[in-house]
Amino acid sequence: MKDSVVVLTEDNTPQLLPNMIISQIRLLKDEGFRFVTMSSNDLGDSICVLYHLDKDLQLINLKVEVPKGSKIPSICSVYASAVLIENEIKEHFGVNFDGLSIDFQGMLYLDEEVQKTPFCKIGITRV
Amino acid sequence: MARTVIPFGPQHPVLPEPLHLTLTVEDEIVKEAIPKLGYVHRGLEKLAEIRDHTQMIQIVERVCGICSTLHAMCYCQGIEALMKVEIPPRARFLRVIWAEMHRMHSHLLWLGLFADAFGFESLFMQFWKIRERIMDLQEATSGNRVIVSVNCVGGVKRDIDAATQKWILDTMKIVEKEVLQLKSTIMDDFTVKTRTVGIGVLSKEKAYEMGAAGPTLRASGISQDMRQTGYAAYSELNFEPVVETDGDCYARTVCRFNEVFQAISLIREAFAKLPQSELAVKAKGLPDGEVISRVEQPRGECLYYLKGNGTKFLDRVRIRTPTFANIPPLLEMLPGCDLADVPILILTIDPCISCTER
Repeated sequence: MKDSVVVLTEDNTPQLLPNMIISQIRLLKDEGFRFVTMSSNDLGDSICVLYHLDKDLQLINLKVEVPKGSKIPSICSVYASAVLIENEIKEHFGVNFDGLSIDFQGMLYLDEEVQKTPFCKIGITRV
Repeated sequence: MARTVIPFGPQHPVLPEPLHLTLTVEDEIVKEAIPKLGYVHRGLEKLAEIRDHTQMIQIVERVCGICSTLHAMCYCQGIEALMKVEIPPRARFLRVIWAEMHRMHSHLLWLGLFADAFGFESLFMQFWKIRERIMDLQEATSGNRVIVSVNCVGGVKRDIDAATQKWILDTMKIVEKEVLQLKSTIMDDFTVKTRTVGIGVLSKEKAYEMGAAGPTLRASGISQDMRQTGYAAYSELNFEPVVETDGDCYARTVCRFNEVFQAISLIREAFAKLPQSELAVKAKGLPDGEVISRVEQPRGECLYYLKGNGTKFLDRVRIRTPTFANIPPLLEMLPGCDLADVPILILTIDPCISCTER
């Protein structure tokens, strides 16, 4: 079914553990899925990172919860185009991605003097 | 051979958008390009924390002036899904009409800038002169030339009466004739072809792998357009994506040029099938849950992720615009091209940095 509007539920948004991200994303790439983008939001103690992939206009969404201050692997080795969005999430939410192909060091959009992550309700100081 | 690093942008005579690229060149051939953004970052997504979900429509309309109404439509679609609102049929068709007018004015704007980029100023002026007719229509139907503020949660705020419909259809005839007159100039001119054919080739496989969107994707031979999902009234219109196969700058130009005629045809069909109904329904309750909404903007697929928590303020508004998706393919196209071709190449992805950075 082609989806232009998808309400996310537990059924259509499987949750992954951080150590499963690369393998699952690689599996989806091998099945012909296109990387669309990633989204994130602050859950308080953790950051929810959503991966959105598409094949034949059907969207698939995967969810990962990342405790604040911890690292998750970057999917740049699978989808090179993920580099910009991972840098944006790192800058805005403080999620550290392990293995970024280009690391803007938190200065993709923001200036060096901005020291706290702007989207976190309790900001994380950038290292 | 020694390599030279050349900064390109954010201020450049042929670049209309504030994008910086650090180009590493060897004997005038680009070897590497690294982007730098942030010159027009306004933090619009953060405003969702202090503007309620109806006020956010005015915010998202101002993410970009060129695809303003499509941002609002994508946002409203998402909120309507969370609040389980079904908009009236007339509103669905009117959204299509304003969306296609936006597409026309965006593509005509781009065609003009594109001509200007290689010094064809007279052609630039001709395209923008035609575009003025679309701007007049937008002003007459919505009150504004640029920020066409017609979408609301539950439908649309304005109607198009019979006299205005006739005026729009008459204008479509004139625009079609005038754009056709420019066809041989943009498509067959020796200089245009020399500067675009075989330049900046993005293969079909790479376009898909790098997540390209819109005409950048379709010019590489992939028939994918979000309008195929049938949002608004597109499911009731005859629609096939415009596809080219060469994947070069010329193919991307031809794709956008032909989409102008496709937009005219969709507007005519939408008016022919425009039903009578109310313009909007009252949306009761508050948005709660998570939703993804997608539309096809002039530059490509736009995605909105919205999270509501049952209050009037949304937890999160995340916007992925098509230029954000087209920057990685651009970085793939640049290595191997001449330094003189860089402005044309960048322009062929139709960059909109205000969309990208929000």
